[in-house]
Amino acid sequence: MSLMTEITIFVLAAFVGFEVISKVPTTLHTPLMSQTNAIHGIVMLGGLIVVGYANDPLEYVIGAIAIAFGAINIVGGFMVTDRMLGMFTRKPKPKADEPPDSADGGGSS
Amino acid sequence: MPLAVLAPGGAASTALYIVAFSLFIIGIKRGTHPTTAKQGNLIAAVGMGVAVITTLLLDGIGNWGVLFGALIVGSAIGVVASVRVQMTDMPQMVALYNGVGGGAVALIAWAEFRHELSLGETIPLDLLIPGLLSAVVGSVSFWGSNIAFGKLQGIIPGQPIKVFGQQVINALLLVGVIAACVILAINNDAPSEWVFIGVLIASAILGVLVVLPIGGADMPVVISLLNAFTGLAAASAGFALDNVALIVAGTIVGSSGTILTLEMATAMNRSVGHILFAGFGGAPAASQGSTEERPVTSVNAQDAAIKMAYADSVVIVPGYGMAVAQAQHSVKEMADELEKRGVTVDYAIHPVAGRMPGHMNVLLAEADVPYEKLKEMEEINPEMPRTDVALIIGANDVTNPAAKNDPDSPIAGMPIIEVDQAQQVIVIKRSLSPGFAGIDNDLFYAENTSMLFDDAKQAAADIAAEVQNL
Repeated sequence: MSLMTEITIFVLAAFVGFEVISKVPTTLHTPLMSQTNAIHGIVMLGGLIVVGYANDPLEYVIGAIAIAFGAINIVGGFMVTDRMLGMFTRKPKPKADEPPDSADGGGSS
Repeated sequence: MPLAVLAPGGAASTALYIVAFSLFIIGIKRGTHPTTAKQGNLIAAVGMGVAVITTLLLDGIGNWGVLFGALIVGSAIGVVASVRVQMTDMPQMVALYNGVGGGAVALIAWAEFRHELSLGETIPLDLLIPGLLSAVVGSVSFWGSNIAFGKLQGIIPGQPIKVFGQQVINALLLVGVIAACVILAINNDAPSEWVFIGVLIASAILGVLVVLPIGGADMPVVISLLNAFTGLAAASAGFALDNVALIVAGTIVGSSGTILTLEMATAMNRSVGHILFAGFGGAPAASQGSTEERPVTSVNAQDAAIKMAYADSVVIVPGYGMAVAQAQHSVKEMADELEKRGVTVDYAIHPVAGRMPGHMNVLLAEADVPYEKLKEMEEINPEMPRTDVALIIGANDVTNPAAKNDPDSPIAGMPIIEVDQAQQVIVIKRSLSPGFAGIDNDLFYAENTSMLFDDAKQAAADIAAEVQNL
């Protein structure tokens, strides 16, 4: 890919990023930050490529740590986001009254 | 099973990467609406799966033992950490995940640099410069996030830590990092690995020094900003590695993270520049000594129970203290007891109560508090003068009237829950110690305020029992 193509992709992607985040309710700031946080774990692909083609011991070590870090970022990031969002089974505005169907009944005895 | 083999940069792998980042975009878009957020997160996770599998199928990828070993170890840590983490500790968890992401970027940049060196040829600048950029930003993000984690976890004091001449040191470090990068770029026929390592270390120090002086109350915004940084660093690594998935996903995280950061800062009525460079909470630390001896009204659980049981309306204002004490279930039980007696109980949620936006909503939802009872600040403030009792549970800075009344206060202008307008205020708090911003709260000394010095969970349970006995 030529540099100019890459820069074109970069600029367009930047606009997409600005565009998709529009007027988010404050309640969702944290889960959304956590989700985008998980997505940048995609850099792990770089680690896979580095280790996949590596031929020097230190490169292995650095690359392996990078992969492990990336995997923590991805797996942990998505799972934590999922747990957080699992708490929002009901809607934030009193629009609808879904029956509470969550398994974690908590201390509402 | 025979592995399908995809050519790096070929049509098939690129097409799969396009599928992956499309799923990311859909996932983020859905994440902005409460009803679709959970599904959006799953969609993004599927996209990540596609991207990872595609990469593993690239032609020539080998060293499977190391690859899978690292993948499994990292994934296992991620699973265990995210299952075990308490809801209250989510903020620092996100900081930590963000940190390791940044660390991964920096390490990849280093490994890639070594790889280029080992080829023994001149490193093209369109590979070297993005590589250096991702090394610098990744390193800053890794160490900055670790400091943010330390502050939220209480390993490092939450109050701003100031070093004399900090801005100057930071500026010098930044200039040094840029100069070293320029030297590497000029000598791109045989750049020194030691200079590269020096760049990594100087960036690390910069990351530490930039985050240390920032008060804990601002950490959510800082983590969000570092999140955007890591995204950009990943995009930059994508340029260096010629990988379209990294470029698109990293850039989207960078730009959406930037917007998110700005929105969070707006919710706190502060500018990002002010948060980063003003050393929040530094000034009033000096004046703290003079205000120590003011009288406060102290009550016990029984008094508090009586005040609330005979009120018409009670507004509960939760804060980080409730999170720390894991008091949400006791608070719910106490509210149930009050409601049995016909008291109207609502919850006032400040946008940044706790350590992160939405922190309180998550905790109270966990305790099965109906969502309709969680009132946002704009909604509840006009109700405050008609409220009989405002019960503050472990919240501090978000109720501090100094934000409205004292233009010199470091939190001046921050929107607050106007509990001082309520007929009576009861504050459950372990001590008079200042909140995360490190500033004193005049509310505690007001005439209509009573302090109930106890752990939030214990206090809520005691009040519930007393109400029952009335």
